[in-house]
Amino acid sequence: MGRAKIPRKSTNIDMTAMCDVAFLLLSFFILATKQKPPEAVTVAAPSSVSTKAAPEKSILITLTKEGKTFLMMGDDIKKKDIIAAVNTAKSLGLSDAEVTKISKMPVIGVSLGQLKPLANRADEFSAAQMPGIPAKDSTNNELVDWIRGITTAYAGSELSLNDLQQMILLKGDGDALYPDFKNVKYALKKNGLYKFRIVTNSENAPVGSELYKLNRENPAGKKE
Amino acid sequence: MAEMDTSSGGGHKKGPGVKKPKKLSTRVDLTPMVDLGFLLITFFVFTTTMSKPTAMNMNEPKDDAKEEEMMKVKESAVMTILIGKGDQVYYYNGILTGDNATAIFKSSNFKDIRQIILDKRNSVPDGDKSKSDLMYIIKATKEAKFKNIIDILDEMQINAIPPGHYAEVDINDAELSLIKQTEDANGIK
Repeated sequence: MGRAKIPRKSTNIDMTAMCDVAFLLLSFFILATKQKPPEAVTVAAPSSVSTKAAPEKSILITLTKEGKTFLMMGDDIKKKDIIAAVNTAKSLGLSDAEVTKISKMPVIGVSLGQLKPLANRADEFSAAQMPGIPAKDSTNNELVDWIRGITTAYAGSELSLNDLQQMILLKGDGDALYPDFKNVKYALKKNGLYKFRIVTNSENAPVGSELYKLNRENPAGKKE
Repeated sequence: MAEMDTSSGGGHKKGPGVKKPKKLSTRVDLTPMVDLGFLLITFFVFTTTMSKPTAMNMNEPKDDAKEEEMMKVKESAVMTILIGKGDQVYYYNGILTGDNATAIFKSSNFKDIRQIILDKRNSVPDGDKSKSDLMYIIKATKEAKFKNIIDILDEMQINAIPPGHYAEVDINDAELSLIKQTEDANGIK
């Protein structure tokens, strides 16, 4: 009985195509991921059902667990104008070069009096070492001066008050105490900013709640 | 793709005595490279945080409003929510007076408060505008955490209380002492 010979086939698979796919995906993920800006101070924000994404262009007030406040401004913010405005308002005696130097720092977290020494420091001063902007009570709330600087810097611009209010973000640690939060609010209210936004992590509306029903009725609906 | 043509062109014969060079395959095993590629993909996928931070709107009442400019709300439509230490929530309906304090002042927690808020909302009759009288006043003690405030504001959103029908204001001494009493009684540290 002659049996038909089955030709032996190599079990070697050409991996080239798979390799191509792997690296294509890899490069896609790397390029598509937006690098998170390094966080100078770590803060665990509480979560809320808000769905609006936090704006990219923002003035961020950070409130840490210990109650320290920091001010972070992006590159697209008139940072230099703000510092210059604070400089003139509080007569800090900063030179132009010093103002520029401070404006290049990612975080402002020292009292007004410490700004000048900070600008002249040769070594790196990380945000974790900074004592924070004093905002412990209403009598010595330097955050008020900073917010005033912000409103002054934007006073003559095309940006309306509402736009400015949209830009102000507060990111607080969940474990920060209420009085610290109140002091930040005080600083904003003192400068006529009655609206601001709080950075939170998103979570879904609990099943069966009113908001959940609203979302169900109007899936594409806009809600605040 | 990963192979190269190594055969010497068209079977050209070399003279006798010339050793035929051994044909070496240039085929490279790409399996480790694929492994590496997928390893990196997995790494990047896992380390990337997908959740984008969201922003919650805060509307603050003006502090310096004069007495006559202040918003008047019906007593029956007001609920005051107080936040104490240890994630405790207290609430009362209407206005707190010396006599009724113990009767209307109740303690709750973040789990139950949602239903309480909702019940209040449903108990208020629809005005000319829907629920125009409804008002929640949120107050917090010194020991309250930022998270608690956000949670309670979030509850307002969850219960679809329209903005402008809840406000966060300062606590007063009568409420503070009531909270203190309740905390002592319940042994909350």
